[in-house]
Amino acid sequence: MSEHNENAHHIVSPKVYVVILLALLVGTAATVGASFIELGVWNPVIALAIACAKATLVVLYFMHVRYSTKLTMLSIGAAVFMFLGLIGMTLADYISRAWGLW
Amino acid sequence: MAVDEAHDEHPPYLRHHFESVEQQADTTNFAMWLFLLTEVMFFGGLFTAYLIYRNWYYPAFVAGSHQLNVIWGTLNTVVLILSSFTMAMGVWCAETRRRKGLVLSLSLTFILGLMFLGIKTIEYREKIERHHVPGAHYSLQSFIDPASDKEIYSEYHDKPLALDMARHTEVYFSLYFAMTGMHALHMIIGIGILGFMIYRARAGAYTSGHVTFVENFGLYWHFVDIVWIYLFALLYLISRHQ
Repeated sequence: MSEHNENAHHIVSPKVYVVILLALLVGTAATVGASFIELGVWNPVIALAIACAKATLVVLYFMHVRYSTKLTMLSIGAAVFMFLGLIGMTLADYISRAWGLW
Repeated sequence: MAVDEAHDEHPPYLRHHFESVEQQADTTNFAMWLFLLTEVMFFGGLFTAYLIYRNWYYPAFVAGSHQLNVIWGTLNTVVLILSSFTMAMGVWCAETRRRKGLVLSLSLTFILGLMFLGIKTIEYREKIERHHVPGAHYSLQSFIDPASDKEIYSEYHDKPLALDMARHTEVYFSLYFAMTGMHALHMIIGIGILGFMIYRARAGAYTSGHVTFVENFGLYWHFVDIVWIYLFALLYLISRHQ
């Protein structure tokens, strides 16, 4: 039962939500700002890095994953891992064939 | 005979196959996450297609992306982030049993969701007017002769594309409409459910201890927000300097 107390319903306070909101707005400003600067191959890298940071904040705080059960955390981790694995394998297949020839 | 014994007092929303309210909450929360993870795989397929085709038909995807308006995209991102915030506040109001606050939060989320769709409509209409919707009426004009498209040309000074590459801009717009369209469909479904929740919340539902529905809907709404965060970066931003 101590397990239950550990996972007892956690109410995230509005203060946290406001901080996350501001962080997300700053992130949006940063990613739009970065798109106005010529950075070559780094443009997509930075845009995606900021998008991942924003998504992580949403998942951890708006979606309460930071306070949820280990089962939920592990499932999300497994899904992200599988998703990246699927993309990686698909890309490996396409790149190792006649890339762009059809 | 043992019915009375078996039926101890419990909150009316605790289903009999669960041991406790916490177990029920954890279970429904986990189920919602499993649904969202299938959604990750669903959108993931579209994102993977975008990744491969963008690298394949790179010049066409850059030229196609230049047709999108960063200001509308940014505005929509801000609208959606605000709606996620109002949704999160709605969950807090439900948890702390504030009926008026909940109705207000859900209503604001509802309105921001409609604003997002309104802005998306403006963007779609522009694509229709410019004949950039894939299909029989698709026009290659802006890509074969970029200087004829003054508004875009003054910002990007794109070089003309060869005919075969210009044709591949249609792939870009196919993915643009597939991805933003599926996202918009999720928004429409979400707004519908929000309407239902506002109606129920006014009658006092969700603010008497049973917050699961609001909480799990919040997960859905935030997920849709995350999809847009990636769509915005990939469709609008990353090709601006190429």
